[in-house]
Amino acid sequence: MLSKRIIPCLDVRDGRLTKGIKFKGNVDIGDPVEMAAFYYDEGADELVFYDITASYERRDIMIETVRKVAERIFIPFSVGGGIRTVEDMRLVLLAGAEKVSINSAAIRDPSLITKGASAFGSQAIVLGMDVKSVTPSDRIPSGYEMVIDGGRTFTGLDALAWAKEGERLGAGEICLNSIDADGTRKGYELHLTKLIATHVNIPVIASGGAGSIHHIYDVFAEGMADAALVASITHYGTHTVKEIKSYLHEKGIKVRMRW
Amino acid sequence: MIAIIDYRAGNLTSVQRALAFIGQDSVITSSPREVLAAERIIFPGVGAAGTAMFDLMRLKLDTALVEAYGQGKPILGICLGTQIVMEQSEENQTRCLGIIKGEVRRFPDDIYEQDGPKLKVPHMGWNRLNLNREHPLFAGIDPQSEFYFVHSYYPAPKKKRDILGETFYGISFASVLALDNLVAVQFHPEKSGRPGLRLLSNFCLWDGKDHA
Repeated sequence: MLSKRIIPCLDVRDGRLTKGIKFKGNVDIGDPVEMAAFYYDEGADELVFYDITASYERRDIMIETVRKVAERIFIPFSVGGGIRTVEDMRLVLLAGAEKVSINSAAIRDPSLITKGASAFGSQAIVLGMDVKSVTPSDRIPSGYEMVIDGGRTFTGLDALAWAKEGERLGAGEICLNSIDADGTRKGYELHLTKLIATHVNIPVIASGGAGSIHHIYDVFAEGMADAALVASITHYGTHTVKEIKSYLHEKGIKVRMRW
Repeated sequence: MIAIIDYRAGNLTSVQRALAFIGQDSVITSSPREVLAAERIIFPGVGAAGTAMFDLMRLKLDTALVEAYGQGKPILGICLGTQIVMEQSEENQTRCLGIIKGEVRRFPDDIYEQDGPKLKVPHMGWNRLNLNREHPLFAGIDPQSEFYFVHSYYPAPKKKRDILGETFYGISFASVLALDNLVAVQFHPEKSGRPGLRLLSNFCLWDGKDHA
């Protein structure tokens, strides 16, 4: 049977690592290539790089980082942030990423999902979703609304409807980030994760809120996630990937234990 | 020299990068002449069977592959490459190379985890292999190792002896095929960490003989 995946997320700006708490006050914690190699050795199942480089002119730094990472680690990794066109996708995939993640750009132009999937296959297209909890309404029946611009702009799109639409358009996977839970270290948004994971037929990576090893168990056991994104919990040494996996394994969650 | 067959089916640089990491030179090529001159051949691929066969025939790589197989050159099929060595595929109702007898089928829509939830298709992520016997390509690889899969179709060989390994995903399917100098894997060794790199290293040392 498939193993549940543990996926460290590395935020990169201008070729250096950062870790944002609530998307503010990022601090520089090092070289993304070294960190990728570290997580590869530790048994991470996949990695996510999120490029928060502000200026478009400096994007080539990210491509160079992707190329260096691809020479060092031999597990899948995806790259998100600032990908707006099929050509952006092509550059990142050719540099060695397995997948690209598109978020705001897919909301602004949903055909980008389909164009990416037909050019590179659905398995290469991850739909990134930033979601905020709202009062359920006719427009947002699920009570979860899609937000963009790091959570500042509400889009009027219902998260569940958008997840289904993303699947229909050709996304191969969903990376589901709860803006409410992100950076709180109080646990994943389990209700949201389960809602989306049980209503689409593509894998869902849960993101935002992991603070303890128990939270990761919960997102698999209760949230029905296929994979869990981790950041501060592993970046700051609270737990190693290996500790997380050993714990999950003991609790009966199938994870990859040999690497 | 190792020839990585290029028939416009996906990104082949990851296979080449993995080979470079283990110290093996390779050439990405769509020339039948270069394929037939190579010492060994890797036949990867991501995409749809119909387009893949169309491009292989257009480039005359279909006959080159069958000829290379007949010459006893070590050949490693990966993912779509593994499906293409079969006789035919349900995907786009495609007639394939026919090196291994049998067809390629799509995962059923209603497969379930043992007493668990409905399984998603594609089968994407890390899964185990149950090897039916020993083979030089799996020398030194821990039987508990997992490999990275991404696929919606799987090979179903007619002869049980062509199946070297099986994987369970709602159903048990052939994830490793072996026939003479050909080994074909449904997973991606180039994305499967150290066990995957070990398999590639073993392939680079293999004389193409299957002692079974």
